[in-house]
Amino acid sequence: MQIAITSGKGGTGKTTVATSLSKSLAGTRNVYYIDCDVEAPNGHLFLKPKIEFQADAVIQIPSIDQAICSVCGRCVEICQFHALAKTPQEILVFPELCHGCGSCTWNCKTNAIQEIENPIGTIESGVTAEGILFSQGILKISSPMPTPIIRQLRKCPTLSEDTIVILDSPPGASCSVVETLRGCDYAILVTESTPFGIHDLYQILGILQDLRICAGVIINRYDGNSVELEQILAEKNIPVLLTIPFDPLIAAGIAAGGTLIDILPDTKQIFLEMVAQIEMSLRVTQ
Amino acid sequence: MNDQRNKTPQLIILSGKGGTGKTSISAGLVHLWHQQNSTGRLTVVDADVDAANLNLLLNSETLAKHEFWSSSCAQIDPENCAGCGDCIAVCRYDAIFSDSPEAVTRRVDPIACDGCAACVYACGRKAIRMISQLDGHWLHSRGDYGMLFHAELLPGKENSGKLVSLIKQKAQKWAEVVNSPLMIIDGPPGIGCPVISACSGTDLALLITEPGLAGLHDLQRIYATLKHFKIPAILCINKADLYPQGTLELESYAQHESIKLVTKIPFDPNVHQAVRAGMPLTAYAPTSAAAQSVITIMDEVLRWMASRA
Repeated sequence: MQIAITSGKGGTGKTTVATSLSKSLAGTRNVYYIDCDVEAPNGHLFLKPKIEFQADAVIQIPSIDQAICSVCGRCVEICQFHALAKTPQEILVFPELCHGCGSCTWNCKTNAIQEIENPIGTIESGVTAEGILFSQGILKISSPMPTPIIRQLRKCPTLSEDTIVILDSPPGASCSVVETLRGCDYAILVTESTPFGIHDLYQILGILQDLRICAGVIINRYDGNSVELEQILAEKNIPVLLTIPFDPLIAAGIAAGGTLIDILPDTKQIFLEMVAQIEMSLRVTQ
Repeated sequence: MNDQRNKTPQLIILSGKGGTGKTSISAGLVHLWHQQNSTGRLTVVDADVDAANLNLLLNSETLAKHEFWSSSCAQIDPENCAGCGDCIAVCRYDAIFSDSPEAVTRRVDPIACDGCAACVYACGRKAIRMISQLDGHWLHSRGDYGMLFHAELLPGKENSGKLVSLIKQKAQKWAEVVNSPLMIIDGPPGIGCPVISACSGTDLALLITEPGLAGLHDLQRIYATLKHFKIPAILCINKADLYPQGTLELESYAQHESIKLVTKIPFDPNVHQAVRAGMPLTAYAPTSAAAQSVITIMDEVLRWMASRA
């Protein structure tokens, strides 16, 4: 089962929930945590895995053999992303615009294009002290494209049937979030009951509807006043799975690298019950 | 050269990590500018196009809403498709599939399609074409405190970077026309495509962070990004008293990198309440501790502007 932790708005507590949930399940279930927030991957700070594997995340970009190239400009016409440009003398490649689709290479009439690997980040895997399998993607500084790294991360190794995969999503509601959510069985939306949280939640709900993924909500930094949010969720038939109160002690504990179950050990049981509830609701809808 | 001198200076608010207070501080700065200098016409940009919230605090009235068509998606004509599978072979995004093992024709999953058109060129029967997609809207609004350029990316769409570039272009044009003294850009979280677009052409970045391992980690990544693009930065630590040890670590990092620390904002419930009230913090609770810190930031911004003149 794959559960994505997402939010729309940034800083609502996605990583806190994802790492706490992973640690709660460890020991009773096989858990695989994937940090898909490749622009700001923070899960490792809380799960402290021992990294055993590291590889470049790459996309295939064109390399043009100027000796063979006839400068016909066919590749420039074909490229949808303006990653190639034609000058009177040669074809120029702009690697930061290239999506790595391969189209220019296949369509070159003189076979002057070869693909080379362009590293856009790193992928790391390992295991934590509790036995949680861990992977994260790290976008290279100044590289604009997180989505291919997420795609590579999502190509999971073969896992045992009962493994719970926890995907820690990036904030926002653009293509990188879609790449994280695609193929998930369930989404936990971590939000806060403010106009910001609600506005951004709507964006995510739009994506979940397109992808037909069931969801539940965790209200973080709960201040006892969430009438508007709960009304919206009731209308959309989305359950509130949990509320987490605002508490300076929790904030300080997380800042120091703790998860909720380190700070408040009782939450482990709450998370386990939450997962049981999610599994049950999925069985009902299937 | 003349152009460069006359260009409206651009201040961008960034953080790396989400939810550190970028929008609250941006709205406070916009409000303070209006209060202190009501004749200067500020240009305001919300560059967080997939979670655009600045408008919720500035209470602005939309003057115009424009469609943003940018990406495209492949579409297979079932009448023409022979089911040869050549399109599947070239698609690196696993976006082409069959409805069932018996089905002859192929279909495109619009969510998975990257818009590369490789399938269009691979199809011997010319059965595939690219269809333009509406990716969102960009808006230009008059708020209580200045002209706001913002956008709404449709859920899950691509090209947020292009949309950011577009609203910045529009904002820049307007700024030139009215001779705007300052552009304030509320940036997106992260360090990827929309951040890079939002940073382009900016003159100073105000980094908002919060104490803790995650805040520091993401600050390091956004600062490395700014260094790469040669954009100078100043720093502000939000909720500084929630984890004093982390604040010390941030201060030591700032010192090591020679980033000027402008102010430390204490945790202040007024920030949350101002968001709930839909008002800039400095208007909602002008004497609060957090609002005082925003005033300190404004003073620093004014000093920076004076030093450029």
